[in-house]
Amino acid sequence: MKPIETDFVRGKWDREVNVRDFIQRNYHPYDGDESFLAGPTQNTKDLWAMVLDLQKKEREAGGVLDMDTKVISTITSHGPGYLDKSKETIVGFQTDKPFKRSLQPYGGIRMAEKACSDNGYEVDPEISEFFATHRKTHNAGCFDAYNQEMRACRSSHIITGLPDAYGRGRIIGDYRRVALYGIDRLIEDKQAQKDSTGRVMTDDVIRLREELSEQMTALKLMKEMAASYGCDISNPATNVQEAIQAVYFGYLCAVKEQNGAAMSLGRTSTFLDIYAERDLANGTFTEEQIQEFVDHFIMKLRCVKFARTPEYNQIFAGDPVWVTESLGGVGVDGRHMVTKMSFRYLNTLTNLGPSPEPNLTVLWSTRLPANWKKYCAKMSIQTSSIQYENDDLMRVTHGDDYGIACCVSSMVIGKEMQFFGARANVAKCLLYALNGGVDEVTKKQVGPKYRPVSGDVLDYDDVMEKFTDMLEWQADVYVNTLNIIHYMHDKYCYERAEMALHDRDVKRYFATGVAGLSIVADSLSAIKYAKVEPIRDEDGVIVDFKTTGDFPKYGNDDDRVDLIAQEIVHKFMTAVRRHHTYRNGIPTTSILTITSNVTYGKATGNTPDGRKKGQPFAPGANPMHGRDTHGAVASLSSVSKLPFNDAQDGISNTFTIIPSALGKEDKVFSGDIELDLNK
Amino acid sequence: MQGRIHSLESFGTVDGPGVRFVVFVQGCPMRCAYCHNPDTWAMTGGTMMEPAEILEQYERNISFYKDGGITVTGGEPLMQPDFLIDLFTLAKQKNIHTCIDTSGIAFNRDNAAFMEKMERLMPVTNLVMLDIKHIDPEKHLELTGQPNEHILDFCKYLEEKNVDMWIRHVVVPGITDDDKYLEKLGYFIGQFHNLKALDVLPYHTMGEKKYESLGIPYKLHGVPPMDKNKVIEKKQVILNGIRKRREENA
Repeated sequence: MKPIETDFVRGKWDREVNVRDFIQRNYHPYDGDESFLAGPTQNTKDLWAMVLDLQKKEREAGGVLDMDTKVISTITSHGPGYLDKSKETIVGFQTDKPFKRSLQPYGGIRMAEKACSDNGYEVDPEISEFFATHRKTHNAGCFDAYNQEMRACRSSHIITGLPDAYGRGRIIGDYRRVALYGIDRLIEDKQAQKDSTGRVMTDDVIRLREELSEQMTALKLMKEMAASYGCDISNPATNVQEAIQAVYFGYLCAVKEQNGAAMSLGRTSTFLDIYAERDLANGTFTEEQIQEFVDHFIMKLRCVKFARTPEYNQIFAGDPVWVTESLGGVGVDGRHMVTKMSFRYLNTLTNLGPSPEPNLTVLWSTRLPANWKKYCAKMSIQTSSIQYENDDLMRVTHGDDYGIACCVSSMVIGKEMQFFGARANVAKCLLYALNGGVDEVTKKQVGPKYRPVSGDVLDYDDVMEKFTDMLEWQADVYVNTLNIIHYMHDKYCYERAEMALHDRDVKRYFATGVAGLSIVADSLSAIKYAKVEPIRDEDGVIVDFKTTGDFPKYGNDDDRVDLIAQEIVHKFMTAVRRHHTYRNGIPTTSILTITSNVTYGKATGNTPDGRKKGQPFAPGANPMHGRDTHGAVASLSSVSKLPFNDAQDGISNTFTIIPSALGKEDKVFSGDIELDLNK
Repeated sequence: MQGRIHSLESFGTVDGPGVRFVVFVQGCPMRCAYCHNPDTWAMTGGTMMEPAEILEQYERNISFYKDGGITVTGGEPLMQPDFLIDLFTLAKQKNIHTCIDTSGIAFNRDNAAFMEKMERLMPVTNLVMLDIKHIDPEKHLELTGQPNEHILDFCKYLEEKNVDMWIRHVVVPGITDDDKYLEKLGYFIGQFHNLKALDVLPYHTMGEKKYESLGIPYKLHGVPPMDKNKVIEKKQVILNGIRKRREENA
């Protein structure tokens, strides 16, 4: 690549694709407070009022305002769409008008049809016919390859939420590359990558060459799509408005082609601040203008919509897009990475009002500047719209240019990706262990016919041994199912736009997940420390339990049970690691079902901890509802004992507290309530 | 000396400066009409715990309490002075900020045995949060079943011992919201130089459920929760009293 003409500080980045190098050499940490921030312009207010009006109409229409039923969504399938062209400083919608949901059948035609029919629309019969006869989808591919056991596990929900009928998502393109390099250079770079593949045409090389071609096509289409909005993104962005626009176009291409379970943005704010600082210094733009660009950008992200079914919305509690943007954090050189742009992003919560999307995520470190911490706390109190993640923990393995996909999955931007794997219901697995593989709800033999527990009182060692065996089986069928899913997704629903903004050789995480951790920990604790008598039905299947006496419960900083939780995570991960993974993905696990815990609960029978059939699971790694009786610190402390090494894809804890319990008035943790006699 | 403990709260944010580890002791002689912890009244029950055992739990999560410390509330902590002395002596060895949240009801200069214990407790106590229920002796008796004379004397004692003091006052509509008494309260506490903060709390009805489940009649049934904005005004009334006293003394 020939060096870019630039007045930024040069480095490796101007001769190779290396966004991190550009950021590290050019960004300015900001230690000040929020007083520089600008409010919304009149144009911003007008546009936002239009969005609010559309949202209202959408709600009144039952959740969907308009759907495309004829045009299959691609990067260039739709002409430009606007709210009000004369007022928008950042442009682009998924289809030719705002709030019109696109048709994306490659994940599965039936899901696409159902998403339409459930909302009162009908997919054009010609399209249905085409996918039924001529073009296989990801979903059809999966079911062609599944075996009987996998289907049984799927329908009994012992493995669940599998991305075999919808887009897997969780891949973050490095959208910043579009701004920093321009599309032409990126195509040139991809061509060089393709020219450098191995010459022996193994399966892997053939697939890589085909994928790189797909990626180059996507890049060309990106340029075309931008041109339809009157923007030229062939070359590097020359100011902050162009840079934001280019980043957004990159992201827009991804959401035009993928209705993924999480379509996250990455870590863009500090990158964009470099342009903003230069423009402010040169007098190109004022603070008010820059904030307007950011407000319009965020507004667009809030308008990303997908066609989804009510069942999907039930699993994910609404129809989240998970436009996660990671803010702040600390660099490996010790400088924090908070910039004015980090403040501007959070300021959109004031200018446009609170919103769950984009999912603004603060990478938290004890070493962040005090003013930023205060501002985050203030905005959290005012809007309840900020997510926090532990940068000190993740920086160790991921460095300082990673982002969060979905809610907790960390990956180095443009260099790592994830195969999203939903989760294994370990609470149900425990019941299978007790019942020798018989499902406690359907009474079908789903798991292997191992020996069930016998006797009138459950014995800890016996149950633990049986549970370990069943967990091995569960991990086996789970990983193999995922192998099929990701093979088929790559084949029939490849993320060419996102992967075009990755390096050639990406590190792939093979993500798995567990649900029901706290239930299993408490159940095993009950078996160990109290007396648990199984109650069998007429078929001899254990369907309920009589628990006598008290037992330590996860969530109270009590090692007796917390170590059991730790052990389960380790056992599960060990079992997963034992398997072959598609494309040699690096196995990881998450404990993060923050939305689907209700659905999983419905499919799981009574458990020895006293939870009744159908009752929701606790979200993520949370203790079960109401069982953490020693306050928040003890509860958090139990969660923090879970081994990150065995759950690298993330551990989530949903923490709800009434504001007044955090301190007096707005002074959170502020210490002394001053005796202010001067007022 | 073991303490009779009702419960432990690992994340206290309203019981003293910073994030605090809060120890609720079991047992209280007061029967304040609006008490929201009636389950801590009985002098029996609870769990007997060693001070070392409690501090062990504190130290497990010490990183949370960097700017905080330990607060003993209840129940009435001063009903268990021996336990407090042991707990706080040990805490001070570990450089932990110590705080007692009390009604002051147990305080009595005529009780020599008690005063001897106070002499040992005060040097290891950083802060006392004293809840003055009512400044008027008769109204106080009516509200709590106890006189307030010793409680007011306790303020003086804390000043003598140089222990920081926060005054807490719960504003209950129609009962403790009379401006006349609030100003009088301010005027009284205004004389003390160890007064560091004034914490005026709105009465809430969240405790009523506990009474129901304990089968204790709730004396304030039907009294509405106090309006939060009004409390800000009431706080100003007390502050006026403090100002008045300080101007006089200046």
